[in-house]
Amino acid sequence: MDHSISSLNCSLQLKDSQRSFYLEVDLQLYPKELLALTGPSGSGKTTILRILAGLEKRAKGRLWVQGELWQDSAQGIFLAPQQRSIGVVFQDYALFPNMSVLQNLQFALPKTENQTLIEELLEVMDLQELKTAYPRELSGGQQQRVALARALVRRPKLLLLDEPLSALDTQMREHLQGFIRLLHERYALTTLLISHHPEEIQRLADRVIVMEKGKIISENLTQETKPAGLLLSAIWLAPQNGRIRVQLGDNELQMPEPAKAFADYLPGQEVWIRMVSAERFEVCDEEKLR
Amino acid sequence: MDFFNTLLLTLRLAGVTTVILLVLGIPIAYRLAYTRSFLKPVFEAMVSLPLVLPPTVIGFYLLIAFSPNSALGEWLQNNLDIRLVFTFEGLVLGSVIYSFPFMVQPLQSGFEHLPPHLAEASYTLGKSTWVTLWRVLLPNIRPALLSGIVLSFAHTVGEFGVVLMIGGNIPSVTRVASIAIYDEVEALNFAAANQYALTMVVLTFVFLVLFFRFNRRSQQWITR
Repeated sequence: MDHSISSLNCSLQLKDSQRSFYLEVDLQLYPKELLALTGPSGSGKTTILRILAGLEKRAKGRLWVQGELWQDSAQGIFLAPQQRSIGVVFQDYALFPNMSVLQNLQFALPKTENQTLIEELLEVMDLQELKTAYPRELSGGQQQRVALARALVRRPKLLLLDEPLSALDTQMREHLQGFIRLLHERYALTTLLISHHPEEIQRLADRVIVMEKGKIISENLTQETKPAGLLLSAIWLAPQNGRIRVQLGDNELQMPEPAKAFADYLPGQEVWIRMVSAERFEVCDEEKLR
Repeated sequence: MDFFNTLLLTLRLAGVTTVILLVLGIPIAYRLAYTRSFLKPVFEAMVSLPLVLPPTVIGFYLLIAFSPNSALGEWLQNNLDIRLVFTFEGLVLGSVIYSFPFMVQPLQSGFEHLPPHLAEASYTLGKSTWVTLWRVLLPNIRPALLSGIVLSFAHTVGEFGVVLMIGGNIPSVTRVASIAIYDEVEALNFAAANQYALTMVVLTFVFLVLFFRFNRRSQQWITR
């Protein structure tokens, strides 16, 4: 087994007022990659993040992270969140209101560490001027930068981002996407990003996994093989039954191989596509599928 | 002298009860706020029971349970040398039970109104449940904490039925202010009753003013 790869193989019944299905996933996280997880609301993306973070105990299965077994229901192994090397950024930031920016970061600092990393993070995230400010005094974008910096203070093996930019306006989102990519590369992180925004995924992710009703319906859309680029140049509308409805963007004709699939379609047109393999996908005939 | 002893006893009872309620109430409110158990409504009903039961009912059952004639009361007296009926300790026990919801409910509400991921964020930063409670959750529910303290204290100061049933009316031992007022009125000694009553009004008023002052400051501190 390659110890640099993290793997999650688990199942969990998700049952509430909105949904009732089994989450069943088998996914790998490669070292230093930024993996995006996307799909409709309620498809189980956040549950996967919570399983990785140790915040969801009910999942059956096994989780290896870079050579360490964090969870194995068969052996009764479950590392608490405190024992996992993770950094989590929640959708609502979850900054501690009673602590200043600096205190939020210091709270996360292990006793054996000195302040150097905090000073560095404050500088990298452009927070030096704000370190005495309290969360209430910060804008959404500033709070998000603090949350990102705080998540890195423990030098985590995994950085888990749960729709971190969803509450921000487009301009701020683009600004912060730069910070996420910068941190990911600077600290050689393995990052899982949950996002609904195709442009955000296109800009940040090395690989994309699409989920629907607890299952992975497509994956391996790597930057190298480029269909992700093509796919994400389109506007993502709705995954359904293993297909994804997209509205084609303007630049699909620049893509060499995959573009042929769209030869008969016009930019702006809506089509259903199905991933066949990492390199191939096909346009589904909607009429036939019905 | 009897007047001051009675007042001191009342304040001592309220103070001891409030401290015990804080120690018991924080973990119970925390559990109630975060539990997903289907038994949660049952636990909540148990905590709230003293709100709706007549104080004399609680006092009556405590009297029966801890009387030296009962199995429990006899066992406590013979084995642990503890006698709860007609003693200060008995008053404390009755007051703790009677004022329980006044501490637990504000705290539970405080925990439930915190941003949902605050505790989880602390856990993912490597902090234990205890550190999370002490450094993250409690500082952010300070107004609820103050409410619990003030309500429990004031409610204990004002209680009558429970303390009369379990404590009786023994000067300097179980005779608290509310019982003294009742006693003086029964003896048609209105001047003495008024002395107690007026002192209670003034003390309670000052206490509440201090509470609102601290509460405002702590809210400013949290939201600044």
